[in-house]
Amino acid sequence: MQDEAQKPYTEGPMHSTTPMIDPGLTFASVTDKISSIVLKRKTSLAWFFGFAISFALFQLMLLAMTNLLFVGIGLWGVNVPVAWGIDILNFVWWIGIGHAGTLISAILLLLRQRWRTSINRFAEAMTLFAVAQAGMYPIFHLGRPWLMYWLFPYPNTMGIWPQFRSPLMWDVFAVSTYATVSAIFWFVGLIPDFATLRDRARSKPFQILYGMLAMGWRGSARHWHRYEMAYLLLAGLATPLVLSVHTIVSFDFAVGIIPGWHATIFPPYFVAGAIYAGFAMVLLLTIPLRRFYGLEGFITMRHMHNMAKVMLATGLIVGYGYMMEAFFGWYSGNKYERFMIWNRMHGPYHLYYWALILCNIITPQFLWSKKIRSNLLALWIISFIISIGMWLERFVIVVTSLHRDYLPSSWGMYQPTVWDWSMFIGTIGFFFTLLFLFIRFLPMISIFEMRTILPEAEVEE
Amino acid sequence: MTHRRHAPPLYGVMAEFENPTDLVAAARRVYSLGYRRINGYSPYPIEELSEAIGFTHTSLPLIVFIGGVIGGLSGFFMQYWIEVINYPLNVGGKPYNSWPAFIPITFEMTVLFAAFAAVLGMLVLNKLPQPYHPVFNAPNFALATRDRFFLAIEANDPKFNHAEVVELLKSLDALEVNDVEV
Repeated sequence: MQDEAQKPYTEGPMHSTTPMIDPGLTFASVTDKISSIVLKRKTSLAWFFGFAISFALFQLMLLAMTNLLFVGIGLWGVNVPVAWGIDILNFVWWIGIGHAGTLISAILLLLRQRWRTSINRFAEAMTLFAVAQAGMYPIFHLGRPWLMYWLFPYPNTMGIWPQFRSPLMWDVFAVSTYATVSAIFWFVGLIPDFATLRDRARSKPFQILYGMLAMGWRGSARHWHRYEMAYLLLAGLATPLVLSVHTIVSFDFAVGIIPGWHATIFPPYFVAGAIYAGFAMVLLLTIPLRRFYGLEGFITMRHMHNMAKVMLATGLIVGYGYMMEAFFGWYSGNKYERFMIWNRMHGPYHLYYWALILCNIITPQFLWSKKIRSNLLALWIISFIISIGMWLERFVIVVTSLHRDYLPSSWGMYQPTVWDWSMFIGTIGFFFTLLFLFIRFLPMISIFEMRTILPEAEVEE
Repeated sequence: MTHRRHAPPLYGVMAEFENPTDLVAAARRVYSLGYRRINGYSPYPIEELSEAIGFTHTSLPLIVFIGGVIGGLSGFFMQYWIEVINYPLNVGGKPYNSWPAFIPITFEMTVLFAAFAAVLGMLVLNKLPQPYHPVFNAPNFALATRDRFFLAIEANDPKFNHAEVVELLKSLDALEVNDVEV
């Protein structure tokens, strides 16, 4: 199994020169290089600059939320036919982004895709931070967010209980379980690396901090055995979980009877879209990061190629989803469904629809080319376009379906207000704030898992 | 050092190795000589090592299974009790026990409880958090999280004889052999 890590991939000519990781790495160099980013490397001006911008945008989010708490939902552009504006859209977008992290850390682990080792820690962090953004939207959309605890089934003096036949309740359980399991999965993965940092840290406060987080981890063989079992079982649990989360998010739509929502294709189509958007975000973040921190030896071109291929494959599934939506609309023979598809393509929001097709279906086709997959700038731009495309997809689903439903007398239009945008830009700021703190204080690549894929990790018989 | 009435309490003897192959070979040898209170320490999980020290069974999967079953049952029956017994509500004419609608939350609760069982079970079985442990006293032990490999024969092993154990470990390509005090 070990030599697989080093031997040049021989499946096609393109991989003959792209090993999984830099063949010159050793236990010592892996440990020192990754831990020094946290412990020794001087915090660069660029880090402070990036953090300052993110933190400023994060303040915008707090401002938008405070204002919302004082004034109410009327601040947003939501209205009666379009009761779910870009705020629910952003919830779906953020939570979709999170899915790539779980896919990389759990599903690829079960599939023994050892290249995942270089990117899983980072992708999991991205998951956690994206889910944190996602979780805020439905809560602040409640109208009276301070009563959000009413969603939880707890015995109360009012003598009432939540209504469990509603997908909105399923959502509460799915998202909170997903956030919790992602967090503990991430933390468990970090324990041995906390021990590494504890043993490498020079200053007392960091020794104590990492020491407490490492909980006395000492690398005992018995501990490793149970640890590996726990990690594997968590991966096995996270795999159906991640599929269930976006399935349940899609039920929020599919269980409703609005034309364009009430479709059986929604769960797989949402899950594929989530992975698609998530890989785009992973590429968007790792391409600058690996360059900035000199991690090309860990995150190699092979990773870029693999991620681009996953993106292409999920992009094709998403394309199939769009095609089927249009087909269902026509084949149903139902005039409301047919009108919905016609309205998407030719109605007031038709530009969004065609921009979505351009971003999500046309753009990823460039990934068939090996040349483009090898060009990091092109890959970055494609990932950026796909991220926008996935946002547009949810806009089309949420807004165009709602604004023209069964009764023409209740038709309307939707325009996001400055506060909708402030909240969205603010959550992007919060996401990057967390991400900047993460890369500064925690090892962004799993050190102990990197050791396992080194050639010297093999026990010779 | 002040005079001690008893012999200094010894945790065991620790040998340091340069690579995983030497460590696993040494662990197999020590195990085959009948030592059982032994443990290896490595910077990353080595499957062969836990086999070499005779540690191949863990009850963690059972704990996780039980956690999942408890989660699933409590998830389902929480909904059943609320929707059928305590607070029956007619929603769209569906039966009170509309069990298919209860499945998503049942599933999420199963995963949630099983995941907690996996993490807490692992920590409890490993007796973590444990801020202090005698092996941290071993020289160079900080390198156990970098690039060194360690094997300890603990003093409470029935076969433990200090001189013999030191001699044995020295004969096994160890870089260093040190006593570890409690």
